[in-house]
Amino acid sequence: MNTVGSVIRRRNEEAGGALIGYLPVGFPTFDESVEAAVAMVENGVDILELGLPYSDPVMDGPVIQAATQQALANGFRLADGFEAVRRITARVDAPVLIMTYWNPVVQYGVDRFADDLVAAGGAGLITPDLIPDEGSEWIAASERTGLDRVFLAAPTSTDARIGQVVEASRGFVYAVSTMGITGARSDVDRAARTLVERLTAADAPASCVGVGISTAAQVAEVLEYAQGAIVGSALVNALATGGVAAVGELAAELARGTRAE
Amino acid sequence: MALRAQTGPYFGDFGGRFVPESLVAALDELGEAYDLAKLDPAFGEELAELGRSYTGRPSIITEVPRFAAHAGGARVILKREDLNHTGSHKINNVLGQALLTKRIGKTRVIAETGAGQHGVATATAAALFGLDCVIYMGEVDTERQALNVARMRLLGAEVIAVTAGSRTLKDAINEAMRDWVTNVETTNYIFGTVAGPHPFPEMVRDFQKIIGEEARQQVIDLTGGLPTAVAACVGGGSNAIGIFHAFLDDESVALYGFEAGGEGAETERHAATITKGRPGVLHGARSYLLQDEDGQTIESHSISAGLDYPGVGPEHSWLAAIGRANYRPVTDDAAMQALRLLTRTEGIIPAIESAHALAGALELGRELGPEATILVNLSGRGDKDMDTAAHYFELYDQENAE
Repeated sequence: MNTVGSVIRRRNEEAGGALIGYLPVGFPTFDESVEAAVAMVENGVDILELGLPYSDPVMDGPVIQAATQQALANGFRLADGFEAVRRITARVDAPVLIMTYWNPVVQYGVDRFADDLVAAGGAGLITPDLIPDEGSEWIAASERTGLDRVFLAAPTSTDARIGQVVEASRGFVYAVSTMGITGARSDVDRAARTLVERLTAADAPASCVGVGISTAAQVAEVLEYAQGAIVGSALVNALATGGVAAVGELAAELARGTRAE
Repeated sequence: MALRAQTGPYFGDFGGRFVPESLVAALDELGEAYDLAKLDPAFGEELAELGRSYTGRPSIITEVPRFAAHAGGARVILKREDLNHTGSHKINNVLGQALLTKRIGKTRVIAETGAGQHGVATATAAALFGLDCVIYMGEVDTERQALNVARMRLLGAEVIAVTAGSRTLKDAINEAMRDWVTNVETTNYIFGTVAGPHPFPEMVRDFQKIIGEEARQQVIDLTGGLPTAVAACVGGGSNAIGIFHAFLDDESVALYGFEAGGEGAETERHAATITKGRPGVLHGARSYLLQDEDGQTIESHSISAGLDYPGVGPEHSWLAAIGRANYRPVTDDAAMQALRLLTRTEGIIPAIESAHALAGALELGRELGPEATILVNLSGRGDKDMDTAAHYFELYDQENAE
């Protein structure tokens, strides 16, 4: 079975590294979000990050906010997240991580959420507003079920906190490339390189860089020093403006960045 | 342990820091600066001097017998935070956090605001200390509190109308947090209430607890004893914690927080977070909140922009959970009637927020009877609410109402 860790290792052996693609469930419709996720994998995305729409997404910029707000207006329910994982993993074999703010998990029940994610074939959680300090319940549930847990590291994190994040994470550590929220930027911040060096020095098995990556050239640049590149807003924007076909085309283009020298 | 000695990050099961990792360094920096400032007599003296010579502290208390005649004959005493510079209790907290901003060497401050009172207070402090200032305010609130938008802009602040989500206070907080995540190296977030991640609930409470410390002694001086009950309105809960805190360990004193009942706590249009919500995580803390089965925040409603918030500070959730304070809803209409009653009987026009506490005091007085003394936090004045009141009570001439 393909795990997040094994896919990242394999892609770093055979290519420059892993490409991780984000899309929110339920945008622009539930079915199209599933089709777009499948299209990403078929066009070279190695690991999927599926976002669960949430009413108060403090880490997200305007593109993702608009998409997730539309999904909520269309009636998105948490159960749709598990159903999307089920449908996607039935068709493609890329690992699927769920990206979710913490309150929906709390309200669903942390253990119940973990069990239902395992049953749907999901690989784990990325938790943008949960720091390891507050994560004991989730760490216990993921230990019990074997799910991966991806915590975030920031350029401002102290060495002690970097160590804590590396210790608590499984799958990879999500390195926030610049101080900011999600949204494509013209320059991926130099701070990302330093952050990944610090994570590597702290023995992180894998660091993937996200926030601000939108082109194949940026993917290639990030993979010079990181084990994975995470693309979000650019893919959501492609889906919003050009539908599933445009997502596939952008994914194929971004995947060229994993092969660049 | 004395209830007053409780500190963050946790108040029982509530509080904490549910934030992006990008903010942790800033929260640590702020918390450490605050812990040092607490121990530094010079900081306390500078803040007290600003209170005396800028805010107008101590604020007075006013007994209101003509109003109290409608409250079952109980004695009603108002703590006059409405007389503070800028017109509400918000200035107490803002001056403290602005001094801290100077200490940590940041030059730009941001804040969220609902009714505009915290935004005005922050813009005022920014003018006083020469800081760049950006205020986030929900678009709905910029419309119903247009006067305060003009005040903030005159004070030199940039006011950004937030168009996401429900376009009210909760969305203004989201946007301010996004700004902070992006600009954390130059920017301090002056948070307006006792919600949010640690250290805000503890720190904002500490800057507001002077309200209760003054009032407790003032009531004793006036009446010879402690009040029977203390009443305050609760949105995020900063004025309520401010007046409750000095009384937490006075077991004979009942504490009542009045939440915005909107069109009725039994309807879907209210902001009665403790009355109708359940525990969850919002804006960095575990506390009560209004949410659906999936944990999506439910949009609140109140005629009062300052109480129109689906969350509440974690210390209030804790005080509710241990039974030390009682929380009840007050409808829009009850608040507006109390606003008019205080105005007509005493010549004091309260903010609509504070009018919720007045309506609650009328109810409490009838329950407690003529032997009771009720201390009410009059947290703000009503100038900003004249347009809302004019429409509510049809005070404009017909031709001007168009």
